[in-house]
Amino acid sequence: MAAPMLRWGCRGRRWAFARVDGGSCHRRGAPTGSTSNRIRGESSVAQQPLHTAQKTRKGEHKWAAVVGLEIHAQISSNSKLFSGSQVRFSAPPNSLVSFFDASLPGTLPVLNRRCVEAAVMTGLALNCHINKKSLFDRKHYFYADLPAGYQITQQRLPIAVNGSLIYGVCAGKKQSQVIPKTVRIKQIQLEQDSGKSLHDNLRSQTLIDLNRAEGQLRVDANISVHHPGEPLGVRTEVKNLNSIRFLAKAIDYEIQRQINELENGGEILNETRSFHHKLGCTMSMRDKEGKQDYRFMPEPNLPPLVLYDATSLPAGADPQQVINIDQIRETLPELPSVTREKLVQQYGMLLEHSFTLLNEVGLLEFFQNVIKETRAEPKKVTSWVLNTFLGYLKQQNLAVSESPVTPSALAELLDLLDSRTISSSAAKQVFEELWKREGKTPGQIVSEKQLELMQDQGALEQLCHSVMEAHPQVVMDVKNRNPRAINKLIGLVRKATQSRADPVMIKELLEKKLSL
Amino acid sequence: MWSRLVWLGLRAPLGGRQGFTSKADPQGSGRITAEVIEHLERLALVDFGSREAVARLEKAIAFADRLRAVDTDGVEPMESVLEDRCLYLRSDNVVEGNCADELLQNSHRVVEEYFVAPPGTCCPEWFNR
Repeated sequence: MAAPMLRWGCRGRRWAFARVDGGSCHRRGAPTGSTSNRIRGESSVAQQPLHTAQKTRKGEHKWAAVVGLEIHAQISSNSKLFSGSQVRFSAPPNSLVSFFDASLPGTLPVLNRRCVEAAVMTGLALNCHINKKSLFDRKHYFYADLPAGYQITQQRLPIAVNGSLIYGVCAGKKQSQVIPKTVRIKQIQLEQDSGKSLHDNLRSQTLIDLNRAEGQLRVDANISVHHPGEPLGVRTEVKNLNSIRFLAKAIDYEIQRQINELENGGEILNETRSFHHKLGCTMSMRDKEGKQDYRFMPEPNLPPLVLYDATSLPAGADPQQVINIDQIRETLPELPSVTREKLVQQYGMLLEHSFTLLNEVGLLEFFQNVIKETRAEPKKVTSWVLNTFLGYLKQQNLAVSESPVTPSALAELLDLLDSRTISSSAAKQVFEELWKREGKTPGQIVSEKQLELMQDQGALEQLCHSVMEAHPQVVMDVKNRNPRAINKLIGLVRKATQSRADPVMIKELLEKKLSL
Repeated sequence: MWSRLVWLGLRAPLGGRQGFTSKADPQGSGRITAEVIEHLERLALVDFGSREAVARLEKAIAFADRLRAVDTDGVEPMESVLEDRCLYLRSDNVVEGNCADELLQNSHRVVEEYFVAPPGTCCPEWFNR
């Protein structure tokens, strides 16, 4: 109980996800501003093209969907948000629970400094305005895993507001093009998490563990539809979304459901729905009690949270008791968008490559280590890392850290390729051998398998000559400008060299001989 | 706090206050409907069993409504009586927990190291088992 959580609301005109698994990427547009359930009727935002979810019948108005995401993220800290109990997975039930977490009378919340720093860092990383003063509130509802009967949250005035996040959407043929998009972050707030309930239906009881709730990252989606130019529609909240794929499916389904309902003259209720992934649909969770009333009130035990920056920092203040936003900003690591931009500038790679490099844990470091040790051109390194290396990893479902090939090994291989000691196809063979984890270096493999390219130009010319003599018909075809014939000839020479000649070199020699 | 309000003087009631009172009674007639009572009972798990209890509630609301008589034009709402205090920040160290046995002793029912609760939201009948 009381594990620290950050909650942030994304109000997107479009989806916030880069890839929809197994399907094409849809783009949904909505022309107006925030769909926040609390703030409505914000002025229309700038023109942008509208993309609707499906074909419209002739004479029908287009529909626009607005989607907001509520994301709960567990803060990485040693102790909880309001108590000194440990934050840890897989501990015996109720062993990480203090008197406060169990809501015993007379206990008070004591704010964890680290959680505030984490919230500020998150706000800064997401381009938010950090509120120098923020407030804590109580949100009341009854549930067995919430022993206090309320959750301490930041409803009125959260710690950070009005941010944005740039992300990439895969589009185009083969999903290879990456289009940068922006999603707005409405706010970021600190709040307690609840405990965990285990339902025992057999004995009609629920078992409660107040250590922490499940899942380090949870998402709920708020969805509404409307006709462009008209006011926003009634929204529904969809819960029980356990993966990005389900999130996408659920949003798709709910948008369609709402459109169908409205087109058939029905109405949308402001309710909570649950996504059933086996049926692929959302179902109402409402019971006869009607809309939930959380009876928000200020948390009387916590004064406002005041943050400072370099200019407002009071002189002589205890550094343990003040939080300096500017100081925290300096500790922020380089953000992914900056890293991607640098990669594109420095190595001339495509934007989508930079996304791939950053999306795989450890891949960027691997790439940079290879670059450091090899003479080969960055573009070659990029291609080998993203295509060959990553391909092998994915095929065997390995993480970068589990790779049998080290950056040094790949660097050595690329050097051999760069110096034209081996051909491109030989390099692929060597790579395959390296992957077997037999402890041999690329150099050793090349020697053992005699993969070195023929360096003797004279001998190669001789071979070209004899092949040409042996296959006059093919030579005739080449002279007649048959496009496939030259490749056939190159293939024949390669066979004669037992694949130890560089096809590029062969082609050059042949072309010279044939005076092409 | 009270002295501050009194100093501002009494004026006609103003609108636009985000009251925690009087949601039940926007007309100011002092009567609360059965529907509202039911709603409150579910929200707060309180039992307004008797007419007497409802009357007490109505009196409490009327008492709180007197706050509306104060002119708060241009006055910044007080968020907390602690607003001039510093919010103490605790270091991120593990200093408590590990007292499951003690805590579980407080519970009416226990299964292994879990608290036991009725399924779903609490229902008063269950507690009397």
